[in-house]
Amino acid sequence: MIRLVSLAALLLLWQIGAWLSDPHRLPGPVAVFEKIYEEALSGALFSNLAITLARVVAAFALAMSFGAAIGYFMGRNKLADRLLDPWLVALLNLPALVVIVLAYVWAGLTEVAAIGAVALNKLPNAIVVVREGARALDPHLEDMAWVFRFSPAARLKHLVLPQLAPYLAAATRSGLSLVWKIVLVVELLGRSNGVGFEINMAFQLFDMKLLLAYALPFVALMLGVETFLVQPLERHVSRWRRGVSRRLDRI
Amino acid sequence: MNDTSRAGGAASLDVSIASKDYHSASGRPLRALEDLRLTLPAGKAGAVVGPSGCGKTTLLRLIAGLDKDFVGTIALPEHGRLGMAFQEPRLLPWRSVSDNIRIAAPHVSEAEIAALLDELGLAEHATHFPRELSLGLARRVALARALAVKPDLLLLDEPLVSLDAALARDLREMIARLIDERRITTLIVTHDLREAIALGDKLFLLSARPAHVLATLDVPTPRRHLEKEAAEIIEARAREALAKARAEPPQSKQ
Repeated sequence: MIRLVSLAALLLLWQIGAWLSDPHRLPGPVAVFEKIYEEALSGALFSNLAITLARVVAAFALAMSFGAAIGYFMGRNKLADRLLDPWLVALLNLPALVVIVLAYVWAGLTEVAAIGAVALNKLPNAIVVVREGARALDPHLEDMAWVFRFSPAARLKHLVLPQLAPYLAAATRSGLSLVWKIVLVVELLGRSNGVGFEINMAFQLFDMKLLLAYALPFVALMLGVETFLVQPLERHVSRWRRGVSRRLDRI
Repeated sequence: MNDTSRAGGAASLDVSIASKDYHSASGRPLRALEDLRLTLPAGKAGAVVGPSGCGKTTLLRLIAGLDKDFVGTIALPEHGRLGMAFQEPRLLPWRSVSDNIRIAAPHVSEAEIAALLDELGLAEHATHFPRELSLGLARRVALARALAVKPDLLLLDEPLVSLDAALARDLREMIARLIDERRITTLIVTHDLREAIALGDKLFLLSARPAHVLATLDVPTPRRHLEKEAAEIIEARAREALAKARAEPPQSKQ
């Protein structure tokens, strides 16, 4: 309820801003929603959103898979950590734009270069977070798993992943927001479709209605993924904590 | 140079540790165990008693294979299936009581797990998470987990420490009953001589660090029928043996 009131207040502020300013610079919500409807009817909005979403999913999956594996390895192996840490620091501090331009220069204006550039920008963040998680694995539980001869699969499933879950959730949340933003820049610079491309077109034409007509559904999509995918997943992996507190409340 | 092997046929535990060293923070070697020898016949319960910090847990870690950096040999019972209850229960906090047992013993049937939970008075806690349990209950779950794997050797590290007197008595009686009924070769580590007498068929009295066996003492079985007076006599004999061993020159310490 509070969220709805807050959203309504935002819309009202936006409308007041539109009344007070030039409608070409800041069109009102109604005009923007009309434009969204128009783009949706033509199919352009959905196809561009789907293309951007596919890039986000591909880049995110790549970055999280490699980032989790490398981060775990660095967290568990001191020599690997010392060897790879300078590379990680360099990658962390490399501006996203540089990575994107280099990817396009080296691999051409291709889908592989676009997704690779986004993944590479997210990769160090995933490594750093998962490395911390791997360092914090409980050695007492490791001993227990050794004594009871846990298989590698059982060790991963019952010991490692539950302990890494909060770190993976943190990497997912921060990573998704990073990937969403970088994908738009990648599309703006070197792709001929997707939300980023459409926003660039709107900018070139100074069409604020079109720009907002793509920006708002994009934000809604991000919120949807966060609300209906990331948060439920996070609740699922930490359900044992809630179960405990609920039962303790009853005592 | 160390060697941990499975003894063919003779289902006993045979430990012969020449030395086990640690390194202090400053890099200085610290000797935890020296010339420590003990043999436990199959199906018997041995209780290792020694002062806090003397290296009892270190000994258990070596036997469990958690630390292989020592000089000596350890011959485990045949098959070498190990069950261990650590001083802290070390349960998976994100899994229920029954899951904790099921994961450690994946080949054991549901009926056997249910029977074990029932036997240890844990049936009503089967779906609870470890954080919902008291220390006494968590220790019982750890014991159930160790028994579920049908171990050839059961290692118990200070199973009663930090429990209040009533809980400690209940758990001690439960452990003694389980050991007697199942005839599992069991090694218990404790700092409490009375606890050792209540649980062990054989007592191994350890020195202070670097630890070695000062004296070995047999406890008449079945232990649970020991009269209070008899237990007191054994305790007095153990203390006497300790005093005598300490008074002897180092070369005759074994």
